[in-house]
Amino acid sequence: MLHLLLFLFFGAICVAGAINLLVQSHPINSALSLIAVMAALAAEYLLLGAEFVAAVQVIVYAGAIMVLFLITIMLLNAGAEERTKGSRIAILLGIPGVLIGGVLVAWTLLNRSNTQSVPIGALKGDPKDIARLLFHDFLLPFEITSVLILIAIMGAVVLASRPRAAASGARKDAG
Amino acid sequence: MTPNPYLWVVPILPLAGAAINGFFGRRSSKTAISAVALVFCGAAFAMALFLAASFSAAAAPYYFDLAHWIRSGDFQVDFSFYLDQLSLVMLLVVTGVGFLIHIYSVGYMWDDDGYYRFMSYLNLFMFFMLTLVLAKNYLVMFIGWEGVGLASYLLIGFWFTKDSAAAAGKKAFIVNRIGDFGFLIALFLMIKHFGSLDFTHVFAAAQSLPAETAGAGTLTAIGLLLMVGAAGKSAQIPLYVWLPDAMEGPTPVSALIHAATMVTAGVYMVARSSAIFDRAPMAMMVVAIIGTLTALFAATIGIAQTDIKKVLAYSTVSQLGYMFMACGVGAFSAGIFHLMTHAFFKGLLFLAAGSVIHGVGGEQDMRKMGGLRVYMPWTFATMGIATLAIAGIPPLAGFWSKDEILWKAFNASWVYWLIGVVTAFITSFYMFRLMYMTFGGEYRGAAGQDAHGHVAHGHDDHGKGHGEPHESPWVMLGPLVILAVLSAFGGFVGYGNRFEHFLAPVFQQGAEVAAQGTSPEAVKSIEYLLMGISVGVAGLGWFLAYLLYSRRPQLPARIAASLGGLYQAVSHKYYIDELYAVLFVKPLIDGSTTILWHGIDQGVIDAAVNDSADAARHVSDTARHMQSGNLRSYAGWVAAGAAVVIAYMVWMGVQ
Amino acid sequence: MVPLSYYLLLSGILFVCGVLGFLIKRNIITIFMSIELMLNGVNLSFVAFAAHWHALSGQVFVFFVMVVAAAEAAVGLAIIIAVYRTRETLNVDQVNLLKL
Repeated sequence: MLHLLLFLFFGAICVAGAINLLVQSHPINSALSLIAVMAALAAEYLLLGAEFVAAVQVIVYAGAIMVLFLITIMLLNAGAEERTKGSRIAILLGIPGVLIGGVLVAWTLLNRSNTQSVPIGALKGDPKDIARLLFHDFLLPFEITSVLILIAIMGAVVLASRPRAAASGARKDAG
Repeated sequence: MTPNPYLWVVPILPLAGAAINGFFGRRSSKTAISAVALVFCGAAFAMALFLAASFSAAAAPYYFDLAHWIRSGDFQVDFSFYLDQLSLVMLLVVTGVGFLIHIYSVGYMWDDDGYYRFMSYLNLFMFFMLTLVLAKNYLVMFIGWEGVGLASYLLIGFWFTKDSAAAAGKKAFIVNRIGDFGFLIALFLMIKHFGSLDFTHVFAAAQSLPAETAGAGTLTAIGLLLMVGAAGKSAQIPLYVWLPDAMEGPTPVSALIHAATMVTAGVYMVARSSAIFDRAPMAMMVVAIIGTLTALFAATIGIAQTDIKKVLAYSTVSQLGYMFMACGVGAFSAGIFHLMTHAFFKGLLFLAAGSVIHGVGGEQDMRKMGGLRVYMPWTFATMGIATLAIAGIPPLAGFWSKDEILWKAFNASWVYWLIGVVTAFITSFYMFRLMYMTFGGEYRGAAGQDAHGHVAHGHDDHGKGHGEPHESPWVMLGPLVILAVLSAFGGFVGYGNRFEHFLAPVFQQGAEVAAQGTSPEAVKSIEYLLMGISVGVAGLGWFLAYLLYSRRPQLPARIAASLGGLYQAVSHKYYIDELYAVLFVKPLIDGSTTILWHGIDQGVIDAAVNDSADAARHVSDTARHMQSGNLRSYAGWVAAGAAVVIAYMVWMGVQ
Repeated sequence: MVPLSYYLLLSGILFVCGVLGFLIKRNIITIFMSIELMLNGVNLSFVAFAAHWHALSGQVFVFFVMVVAAAEAAVGLAIIIAVYRTRETLNVDQVNLLKL
């Protein structure tokens, strides 16, 4: 019972945060609602017994990636969105498409899947067990992802660096 | 049958000359071009003389297989050459007269810009004609047949910048083609029924079949179809219409191709196929009827023509009719004899006409000539000899051959003979009319006067300020003299049936000839009587021409006026060309334009290509809106696509 | 006791919200944040299944997803900065040079 209540509580926060992200016009508001979503999700992970994942979620996702977003918003001085003429296709085709897809999946889940319950804290996400998996069974993906991060770093540095021969007058005040 | 390795050299020599002049002539000097053309043609003539000298009736016929060609199952055709008495006669005529005309052309065409082209085409024509004559099977003959048609087209339309010349060339080729279609069907029938196109095989097979007196059967069909081909090539009814138009070509062309050699190919072919015709009496009768009617028909047109070359053209058609009449009644050797003498005197007539035209600066209308015997004595003398020959005055060549034909025709049916005699009368009349109008009286033309510059832009343009009418140079007169000698004395080879005996092995009429050699006295007296009648008739024509064109020159106009419509019809060649235009040409052009051009080419083929291109353009025009560069629309498409995939998976899961 | 399907429903809702945000929003940074939202939803379903089937490798996969999301966010934001330098706008409708 408590499990269900906690699940619904944090679930509501997730959904509210997601909807708020859609509704807000200023990106900073959207970013802060996303942080709320991530925090609630971390709680959900805890409910499922994945402590390590929950901790990593807070540290990496909410703590690093969202901070990166916030820094960028601040750097680029993003203001509230203006209404511009966008694409009609996106609205006409995309929204019905995604809604239909979502409804179909939901219908499948609710009607056809077994509704076995997941007990609270079902699977202990011991860091020791996870570490054994990471460095033993999944060593190759682990190494590849570290190379991936390295490449991402180099790419980000190159992309965001200022052009060498840029005249000082052409540079917007971006930081 | 003995092999003779020199046979294939004879056609190749002029081919080499044509190739050399064709490829290198543009940058060569005229002397070099002339030398090449004359040397190769002369070499062919020399080879022909050598073959004649070494010809032995016992060893004949000669043959030579040059190379394999078609080997398909049981059917086999090779590049093979053949020489028997008939081929030998044709070979000597073609190379001899051809060589003389080559010499004449050197003088006649010297000032023309396309001189090297002309000599090249002349040699090319010789090659094809020799291939035709020396062929051992119908397919090699057909190569030559088509090739001379091609050479004729090239030479008739030699001055291709002139519309009428180009059109005449096309007309000749197309009308020939119609005849060739008949020839081809005949070849197909031969392949089907005899399994071969080789002369020896076909004729042996034909002789093993019974005579088709019922008038129907394979041999009759083949014979009739061969006659269609011959009618096209040799300008008989109904396919003669191209020959008068062919006078657009230079005069040596008219002499060589349309008098002496190409048009006689049909006669040669019919004579060669005598084994087939002998057994198809119906086809022979058709040949004879066509020949007789054509002879009379063309002769009547000839009396009303005013262009000197057109008179000679219709005369050629008429004389060819005589040859077909001869073949049609079974007198193949008489037909070939007339072919030979006709080559002499008609070739001479055309060359002399060319000399006249050259001398008066390009004028071809006889009404503007006259009195030229004073200015061109040699041309007058040689042309006079040819006229006597064609009229059939003894002892010149034409008398012997024409009389032979009339005698053999009389033996078949007096109707043929009567029409032949009437035609002889008309022939004599229009030929002497030509002589009197051209050479008699006073000069009525404009050459030598102030207004002659315009006259020179005529058909054969040589009058660039030549002054008054003049004789031609010796390079042109020489061949005239030689041909005059042949026209005068060439008939004696037929004296006492010697020609017939010579050709007898070819026509397998040995028994018949032997019988004729000892004909009873009564038959001989009829023969002399008929001879007298034909000579008398020729003299009558001469007298009438003298009366109308020398003594009372105002009479012809009065007679023409009183005849009114009839005269109009005759002078407009009975409106046959207009009739063909309405019956065949116009429907063909209209149908082709409407159905084939607008309907199929534009409506179906072009439309298919254009419409498919348009469709592609429309589709891509519509589809390009998908790529708008807008991120959100891409996302929209992705979401929609994902929804489709999910729906499909759910549906499959539900199944 | 919470049924598995509830977790999956929540994950689906988050995912749909992410896609809708991608379609609706005009600011490129907000669009990126919608992508992160989508990834989070997927992470939730991974962890739910890992708990359901008692397979720890589900959580390891979540780990990898987060790593990739981090790399992607880094590079993506660098691109946004570079685009902003030339186009001076963060409005995605105005960056449509690739149109036909």
